[in-house]
Amino acid sequence: MTTIDTRTALPTSTVAMPRAIPDQTGSGFGRFLKSWEALLLVVAALIFIANSFASPFFLDIWNLSDATFNFTEKSIVALSMAFIIMSGEIDLSVGGIIAVASTAMGAAAHAGASVPELVAIGLVVGALCGCFNGLLIAGLGLPSIVATIGTMSLFRGISYLVLGDGSYKDYPTGFSFFGQGYVWQMISFEFATFLLLAVVAAVVLHKSVFGRAVRAIGNNPFAARFSGLRVGRIKFILFLVSGLASGLAAVMLTSRLGSTRPSIAAGWELDVVTIVVLGGVNILGGSGTIGGVVIAAFVMGLVTYGLGLLNVPGIIMSIVIGAMLITVIAAPILARKISNRPRPAR
Amino acid sequence: MSAIASPTATASARTRRTGLPREVLLLGACAILLALIAARFPGFVTPANLANVFNDTSILIVLALGQAAVILTRSIDLSVAANLALTGMVVSLLGAAHPDMPIVVLVLVALGLGLALGAFNGLLVWKLDIPPIVVTLGTLTIYRGMAFVLSGGAWVNSFQMSPAFLGLPRALILDIPVLSWIALAMIGLALVIFNRTSIGRAWFATGGNPVAALYAGIDPGRARFMAFCFSGTIAGLCGYLWVSRYAVAYVDVASGFELDVIAACVIGGVSIAGGIGSVGGTVLGALFLGIIKNALPVVNVSPFAQMAISGAIIIAAVLLNTRSERKAGRIILRNTTVLSGKPT
Repeated sequence: MTTIDTRTALPTSTVAMPRAIPDQTGSGFGRFLKSWEALLLVVAALIFIANSFASPFFLDIWNLSDATFNFTEKSIVALSMAFIIMSGEIDLSVGGIIAVASTAMGAAAHAGASVPELVAIGLVVGALCGCFNGLLIAGLGLPSIVATIGTMSLFRGISYLVLGDGSYKDYPTGFSFFGQGYVWQMISFEFATFLLLAVVAAVVLHKSVFGRAVRAIGNNPFAARFSGLRVGRIKFILFLVSGLASGLAAVMLTSRLGSTRPSIAAGWELDVVTIVVLGGVNILGGSGTIGGVVIAAFVMGLVTYGLGLLNVPGIIMSIVIGAMLITVIAAPILARKISNRPRPAR
Repeated sequence: MSAIASPTATASARTRRTGLPREVLLLGACAILLALIAARFPGFVTPANLANVFNDTSILIVLALGQAAVILTRSIDLSVAANLALTGMVVSLLGAAHPDMPIVVLVLVALGLGLALGAFNGLLVWKLDIPPIVVTLGTLTIYRGMAFVLSGGAWVNSFQMSPAFLGLPRALILDIPVLSWIALAMIGLALVIFNRTSIGRAWFATGGNPVAALYAGIDPGRARFMAFCFSGTIAGLCGYLWVSRYAVAYVDVASGFELDVIAACVIGGVSIAGGIGSVGGTVLGALFLGIIKNALPVVNVSPFAQMAISGAIIIAAVLLNTRSERKAGRIILRNTTVLSGKPT
């Protein structure tokens, strides 16, 4: 038999297709122990323990509850960013969208809009910005990394154009609920919304046809297109949702701060991408879990909260987060390289 | 038909397609821009002012050349501005502590530190196969944070810098500042490296098709590493140039400048997907941004509008690039079918 014969014989051969995919060996629990999420959980636990030793104020339920504020907004954006990165794209304009949505809300509040109107304006402006990104990337086929670098400047530039060096501060009193209110005991509105959206995102990504399509596109957009997936339409929806999530984050952040400046949420895009990548989503697309992203969001929140209690300046926190990003990603690769190295002959 | 089929004709068609039209287009865009400004403000287009614009854009041009090398290999370097800030902080602290240290030593420190920071990025990309965007996202915050750790958040001001430290970029040779001469020298150096050396060829090959490059005996990882070293060294040099030109060093120096640099490359026709780009295009892309930045205050546009305008220009430029690249792809297919049908 020549190799050509076996190759041509393959399609009609009666060899049974394997029931398990080779990378899914082992029991469910054993697989979980080796997974990225387990590693992240260990990291989170270590940070939690270290924090509780480092500061006497850490293990206070109200402090912990307040600690959720400084990462829930970013985490909500990270949920939608996870979908975009899984589809092989990236959205660097989320910070710009937050700025322009917040500016629109500020202008409306200045003109005397009511609280529901303000929320609607924030969400609609966010969704419109997302639409614009979606049109550029899905409609006109621009590479998302440069298209969203452009829209990032454009959106934030519009905020600067409207506000200059001024700010909007006259928000109605009821508006502060979205960023500062509690829905039950110490569970804040922001935190509850994040948990709810995380469940929705997990169901959509892991249990729906749409989620499967997103990962298929990230794995191989050409194969996905030839399999009959509407790649452009799905990508458009993803960017629209990302804009909507940024609009929601803008509502929460503006409500929490009670003011709008054009520099609001500056640099958030990098923090959000860091959460997603730390959560084990492949930056090249195709794989990742919402569970990982949620744990990564908690890791980030715990680190910044713990360091904040120790009076560490923000820029030092960013070094820690940057180093953590590289170490957490490099460590398994390094370990695999070392274990796979052929042993020297004796 | 036979003319197209001959290999020399295809080769020349390729250089014409990927290089010349982009540069001519950009040159035309710059000329139209200058003509529009000159219609109302003739003072802007005097040779002296244009030399000023070039001098003002020099750092952007030089950084864009480094970034172009990285993007050519299908990577991205988000850490250039942070590298610049850290190197600038280190040399200005050194200069403040030892005012009589020769300026050559300081420049060598800047180049060496920039190279080390770039090599760190490159090693992570090469040896650990971490995607460049993740690596440089991490080192971006680390490098800028280190500038804070070193300075404790304090500024190094002009009175702490020695006259030699401040004077070098401003010194005039043939009525043109040294800063401009450095930019011209770097353009020359980049032209040689990109077009006349094996490493330049390796950059193009790696970005064009990493697998094919590997089979052709090029190590794509090593090519990426070299590109990051090139970009890092350049960022280090620019660190010194930046702090001495603006006579101040602080942690947030050049904050967000990495995106301007990437924008200059993209406007200049460097494909974000790798493998396509030229030194001339990159320089013109940076100059285009520089002209707009310098012209906006002259034509009485509010400085607050600048960000929105540059964002709109980046989107428009990317739009044009993607269109032209798509057309180029079709021509490649047509030529290969002609070639395969009639081998010469």
